[in-house]
Amino acid sequence: MNTLFGRLSLDALPIHEPILVGTFIAVALAGLALLGTITYFRLWGYLWREWFTSIDHKKIGIMYMVLGIVMLLRGFADAVMMRIQQAIAFNGSEGYLTAHHYDQVFTAHGVIMIFFVAMPLVTGLMNYVVPLQIGARDVAFPFLNNFSFWMTVAGAVLVMSSLFVGEFARTGWLAYPPLSGLDFSPDVGVDYYIWSLQVAGIGTLLSGVNLLATIIKMRAPGLSLMKMPIFTWTALCTNVLIVAAFPVLTAVLALLSLDRYVGTNFFTNDLGGNPMMYVNLIWIWGHPEVYILILPLFGVFSEVTSTFSGKRLFGYSSMVYATVVITILSYLVWLHHFFTMGSGASVNSFFGITTMIISIPTGAKIFNWLFTMYRGRIRFELPMMWTVAFMITFVLGGMTGVLLAVPPADFVLHNSLFLVAHFHNVIIGGVLFGLFAGISYWFPKAFGFKLDPFWGKVSFWFWVVGFYFAFMPLYVLGLMGVTRRLRYFEDPSLQIWFVIAGFGALLIAIGIGAMLMQFYVSIRNRHALRDTTGDPWNGRTLEWSTSSPPPDYNFAFTPIVHDGDAWWDMKQRGYERPSSGFKPVLMPRNTGAGVILAALSAVMAFALIWQIWWLAGGSFVALLAGAIYHTFNYNREFHIPAEQVLRIESERTRILAAGN
Amino acid sequence: MLNVRQIRNTAVFPLFALIAGCNSVVLNPSGDVALQQRDLLVRSTVLMLLIIVPVIALTVLFAWRYRASNQKAKYEPDWHHSTRLELVIWAAPLLIIICLGALTWLGTHLLDPYRPLERIARGTPVSSETKTLEVNVIALDWKWLFIYPEYGIATVNELAIPVNRPVSMHITASSVMNSLYIPELAGQVYAMPSMETRLHGVLNKPGVSQGFSANYSGAGFSGMRFTVRGVNDADFDKWVQEARAGEGNLTHEDYLQLAKPSENEPARRYARVDDKLYHDILNRCVAPGTMCMDHMMAHEHP
Repeated sequence: MNTLFGRLSLDALPIHEPILVGTFIAVALAGLALLGTITYFRLWGYLWREWFTSIDHKKIGIMYMVLGIVMLLRGFADAVMMRIQQAIAFNGSEGYLTAHHYDQVFTAHGVIMIFFVAMPLVTGLMNYVVPLQIGARDVAFPFLNNFSFWMTVAGAVLVMSSLFVGEFARTGWLAYPPLSGLDFSPDVGVDYYIWSLQVAGIGTLLSGVNLLATIIKMRAPGLSLMKMPIFTWTALCTNVLIVAAFPVLTAVLALLSLDRYVGTNFFTNDLGGNPMMYVNLIWIWGHPEVYILILPLFGVFSEVTSTFSGKRLFGYSSMVYATVVITILSYLVWLHHFFTMGSGASVNSFFGITTMIISIPTGAKIFNWLFTMYRGRIRFELPMMWTVAFMITFVLGGMTGVLLAVPPADFVLHNSLFLVAHFHNVIIGGVLFGLFAGISYWFPKAFGFKLDPFWGKVSFWFWVVGFYFAFMPLYVLGLMGVTRRLRYFEDPSLQIWFVIAGFGALLIAIGIGAMLMQFYVSIRNRHALRDTTGDPWNGRTLEWSTSSPPPDYNFAFTPIVHDGDAWWDMKQRGYERPSSGFKPVLMPRNTGAGVILAALSAVMAFALIWQIWWLAGGSFVALLAGAIYHTFNYNREFHIPAEQVLRIESERTRILAAGN
Repeated sequence: MLNVRQIRNTAVFPLFALIAGCNSVVLNPSGDVALQQRDLLVRSTVLMLLIIVPVIALTVLFAWRYRASNQKAKYEPDWHHSTRLELVIWAAPLLIIICLGALTWLGTHLLDPYRPLERIARGTPVSSETKTLEVNVIALDWKWLFIYPEYGIATVNELAIPVNRPVSMHITASSVMNSLYIPELAGQVYAMPSMETRLHGVLNKPGVSQGFSANYSGAGFSGMRFTVRGVNDADFDKWVQEARAGEGNLTHEDYLQLAKPSENEPARRYARVDDKLYHDILNRCVAPGTMCMDHMMAHEHP
């Protein structure tokens, strides 16, 4: 049996945990309903041909967004469980979650929110927008893009399966050894953690390489670096960070798995192992990761502020330099995550001060947005509302962040709920608000109709107010000396703050519900919300020059750029769309190789987690063979004939004329 | 520098006032080191508010004034550069950070947990006859062991400290990482196996408070709290005598028993402790027949 199934047995199914059984039944029913619907409407062929195997950067971008939103629901469910537990575990009650369960919940919450919500949403946005902004027809390596996406999905599938088969790590989201070592976490939880991040991490790294090459090599003629839209600039910096940082994560997790699988002693207590080495390495990845997440959203805010203020962005070059400075500095601050591990005063001061220095370019950015609004004509559509909410919320989070960079202040606040409040303040107030701004800004581009403003505003207010209710109490609790990841409490005077925070989570839940409602209502009313111009916001950058949604080839002719804000410049100078002389467009062909290779990777990871060696070996061989086989596929491109381009473009001309 | 008390009294920062009202130990500690850390925290916050408040105010102001429906406001769609303004927006945060950086450099060195105390309280320097109390702290699964080498006693989940006497702690752990945090005394420092960290502090008021682990360490982490007693010298002597008169030795074998995982351990005292116990825990050679790390290193690098 052991040879056949490794560590996997019926005991791995959590049938004695009523909460998990209930969740499983709900997920299984919903999943069956979804699969049934797809089968009933005979959508499998359509999904496979048009989406799963698609190497179109736009469709891949949209699939990343769907993945991020689905995983947001999972991560948020974990958050609600924690808030309920902490709100009731007082006066001798240990709440409703055992340590075994609760410790998995907070670990999974962190891992999912960073790796499978924020990362896919950010990557999806870059995937969709960057090629359009630089006037390209696709990314540099279209197949790789599809493969990267499916690797991310494979990682998410592994995390999700840990919910029902076995367990997830009980270590906190960064899995510090020795706790995550074999001695203290002998079960499969940490292995799920390692392999889901390794599989997804390959996807992230490859997508970073891809976008980097795209931005460097595939810009339209005339689009020099200093004319690039700010969003593309921030995407460039983020992908530089991804390419430089993610290999460190891969390496440190590989070392940890060597400790766990073959008995090396990199991070063990004995035989010369050093757990602090892990802490150093993981934060050398981890701190740039924070900027990987936030930089593209700084780009979104720049685009949105400029568009909705009807003004050129104030201080374009200082915005660019600020972004680059942040990119470089993000590598010089990692030690601030462990001032309290006994570094000397000079080392701590150095890293504290480098951290503070990051607030200078960040502050300059905030001022640049402010002075973009100054003497503008601000239209408060949803993206702009999110931007203003961001500016106010983010400076608070930035302030508490700089406070934590003062080592003696960090000694009293490290690992406290103040810290938890701080990073939610910048991740929700910065990354998430930015994503919501970006989604409502580019949604009409992707689908040809705007999002419903009423439900969008409902969602906005519940999210923003809910955020303050949920996290301001955590600042207070942190100042009362409450540390994080506690499962129950002794001091009854703390309870009221946890109850308020739980109420905040409820408001956010309504905000998420309203957001889903917004998607539903918008799709239902899509004809009324239709945008035929391709440029619903009076935009400034090239993506608004195409139709909404853009044709498969994005641009019938590669645009020629003369100015930053290229589309604005074209509109100012009375640009006329070409209506004849179209040529066939060479396009990459869809392929199922990405799905298949990623599925094999997931199987291999699952086999390694459960130590089913024959399956791990078999799937590894199949993975190699599949990858090699794919290299012999020479049928990778096709032409969209000139007549078809003409047909599509003439149809657009007709619609545009009808709109006017 | 800004006078912290003035700031608190005039409630420039109502949030702090509010929290100080609801028994915030971080903002209202009694120990001198914790107090100085609090002061630095408040000063840094006030310094940053100098720029944060105007930014928030400007955001609201511009958002309102330049709304599309306000046709009276000036509209300059092509204005996008001003060297003078750019200088200001880079210089203003820079100035704040220079001040904050200076505060940080000084504060970090003065409040370095490894640095022996130079004062017991404001205006009371440590004199030559002040004898520092040594405590060896070991984080176990999931309780705290305190060894008083000077008195040869040990306690579990109970730490007594004479007031106005500096404490010097040597900190390690038996298995995984924890963080020793006694908010009344001083900020936290990690407790890590096979490594030693240091913490200096002083309690200035008698009273009972709590210490705990501030780094998640596994299933029993939430119960890893201990009582901290700030006592005057006479009471401390009495407390030591009681401990000495009590039952129980902490030998190497007892330690191995104690180190086994257990949760919510009640406070306990040991009348005698093996002299070499702390050294052997730190060097991971408590169990019979294991080689101490320091010996192993001497072995490898003669």
